[in-house]
Amino acid sequence: MMSHKKIETNATLLLIFSFLVVTIGGLVQITPLFYLENTIEKVDGMRPYTPLELAGRNIYIREGCYVCHSQMVRPFRDEVERYGHYSLAAESMYDHPFQWGSKRTGPDLARVGGKYSDEWQRQHLANPRSVVPESVMPGYAFLASREIAGATMGDHLKTLALVGVPYSQEQIDNATADFLAQATGNDADAMLARYPKSAARDYDGDPARVTEMDALVAYLQMLGTLVDFTTFKPETASR
Amino acid sequence: MSSGALLQLALLGIVAVLAVTLGAKAQDLPFAIHMYLFAAAAVAVIAYRAKTSQAPPVPTDGYMDGPVKAGAIMTVFWAVVGLLVGVVIALQLAYPAWNPDLEWFNFGRLRPLHTSAVIFAFGGTALLTTSFYVVQRTCHARLAFGNLAWFVFWGYQLFIVLAATGYLLGVTEGKEYAEPEWYIDLWITIVWVAYFLVYFGTILKRKEPHIYVANWFYLSFIVTIAMLHIVNNLSIPVSFLGSKSYSAFAGVQDALTQWWYGHNAVGFFLTAGFLGMMYYFVPKRVERPVYSYRLSIVHFWSLIFLYIWAGPHHLHYTALPDWAQTLGMVFSVMLWMPSWGGMINGLMTLSGAWDKLRTDPVLRMMVISVAFYGMSTFEGPMMSIKAVNSLSHYTDWTIGHVHSGALGWVGMVSMGCMYHLFPRLWGRKELYSLQLVSWHVWLATLGIVVYASAMWVSGIMQGLMWREYDDQGFLVYSFAESVAAMHPYYVIRAFGGLLFLIGALIMVYNLYRTVRGDTRSEAPIGAPAVA
Repeated sequence: MMSHKKIETNATLLLIFSFLVVTIGGLVQITPLFYLENTIEKVDGMRPYTPLELAGRNIYIREGCYVCHSQMVRPFRDEVERYGHYSLAAESMYDHPFQWGSKRTGPDLARVGGKYSDEWQRQHLANPRSVVPESVMPGYAFLASREIAGATMGDHLKTLALVGVPYSQEQIDNATADFLAQATGNDADAMLARYPKSAARDYDGDPARVTEMDALVAYLQMLGTLVDFTTFKPETASR
Repeated sequence: MSSGALLQLALLGIVAVLAVTLGAKAQDLPFAIHMYLFAAAAVAVIAYRAKTSQAPPVPTDGYMDGPVKAGAIMTVFWAVVGLLVGVVIALQLAYPAWNPDLEWFNFGRLRPLHTSAVIFAFGGTALLTTSFYVVQRTCHARLAFGNLAWFVFWGYQLFIVLAATGYLLGVTEGKEYAEPEWYIDLWITIVWVAYFLVYFGTILKRKEPHIYVANWFYLSFIVTIAMLHIVNNLSIPVSFLGSKSYSAFAGVQDALTQWWYGHNAVGFFLTAGFLGMMYYFVPKRVERPVYSYRLSIVHFWSLIFLYIWAGPHHLHYTALPDWAQTLGMVFSVMLWMPSWGGMINGLMTLSGAWDKLRTDPVLRMMVISVAFYGMSTFEGPMMSIKAVNSLSHYTDWTIGHVHSGALGWVGMVSMGCMYHLFPRLWGRKELYSLQLVSWHVWLATLGIVVYASAMWVSGIMQGLMWREYDDQGFLVYSFAESVAAMHPYYVIRAFGGLLFLIGALIMVYNLYRTVRGDTRSEAPIGAPAVA
């Protein structure tokens, strides 16, 4: 260990060596994920979020839902039977940030879309124990009274396009109109055409207003519904 | 007033005006509040400068212990805040009525407040404080760059206030332990660079030829955290007048970048930095040299090399490619060895002086913390084995593991250091009361044991309930039934946390009396009682 004395007496050497040593692990593990083509499976059906779903997702993040709910079904018999098909990397390819979570104080939500009615979701969000007596979830009744207009959704889509989400110029230009159309169900044909497999209706049970409840329920109702598993072949996705 | 001081005032003025302008044009309320907070901080510094411009210059010979003293006080303050919020959210899980259903105080917003208050406010301030103390003593040099250390201290406190108020107001990037939004990230980057300059500058002007081992750990912690923070927080704001930003990475890449960051927030923030503390304060307290110099060299390089690979064990059986999961598992298991190397080096420093454990409860606290370090660095590699992880992941076992590390190792070693520092910083002969320290040690230890065992039992129970099948091949339990089964354990856990908090409050009282210069007349610990 005589040679170690050089490092122990030279601060710059110590700095450089210790920095080099800590860079290696990340370089080896993370960089391949950006260029290995089999990292993300080829699937049918994935599309970027609609403006309303995106707004709902941002509320999900803002309220810290991810600290109790995962969005990542693991490939075990019990999980697949409880929640549905195990999650694919492709299903979160447009998620900035990812929301896989790390804890299940509540159940996994990766495939919660379509499992319950809008009415159930609203009731559950406003007062969880009125529908699930064992629940320890906080109540989110205030979402239903907070009106949103989606005025800046174009900027949100533009920012996401910058980091690689394939929003078209048409989608960006119509972001606010699409936001309102999806939350009311009025004049929604153009929006539905721009976003395949989306649904437009009054999600919060109050046709007169567009609220944060509309956005969050719209997001929850589409979770895990996009990928077409009839055309997905697991053996092609071996990684 | 010198030209340098004038330049500084002008700069602060510009910051204040800019912040007010941004605040006035802000697109959302939290962003406006935060910009006004920035402006208020700049104005406060200007006012302080103006008030003290005629004061005689502060002596600049000897050690610079002002920021260390301020940091020691704030360390204790943030400890109580972080623990208190922890007890509150533990009660929210045991009794959901503790959620007021007001957006600011629901569990989803308070949990990041708790984790950040403990890791970054309490742990971070403890690291700043002790590193400033240790680097001066081991280098025989005053902190470099004049008042920059004060900027680091106040800048870091401002970061804590911005982050904490942000969580309550719903400002979050949604990545665990990296929740602060883009402008708070930029601010802490500036503060961190200043921290690096002060720390490294002090090492450069040292009067000792040799750099003491504690400084290796502190230095690698500062440098690595800078790297992790910058990469994991790469994001693009929707508007420069609003708080929301989108991460540069998506899905699987974002997940691994996040856990590369997240696990090394544990590895470097909560381990390497605190090992720096151990390497200085344990030998000081025992009045013996470190057990093995060679072991500290091997321990240092292997620890920092291996830790950085361990991130993928947070993503076992997810959509992360299998090769990355396996790599993460293998390195996590290997990490057991350097971790125990550090523990052995710390514990064996007591060889020949074990009797001091009987008479010095502060040393007892440090030794218990090192023991908890050893325990959780065995538990961690075990949980990173895929077969174990398939059961433990997503359950409260993980929470138990984290807390035996956070309360047992990080919490107790920091508090031990505070007991060591306070009398020295304020020039008191001894602590107000060693008996009270003893009470603190046992309350804290009992609290952790209650906490961790409740989480072990309930976490394993949870995992088993989720995968329980009956003879007909049906799942036995609904998810809701597993939630209901957690209730008694959540109550026990909250009680364990409360014990730890009470211990910390006793510490606050003890340190307060110490600063006042009081000493309690009590029989020395370990001596036979006087009839």
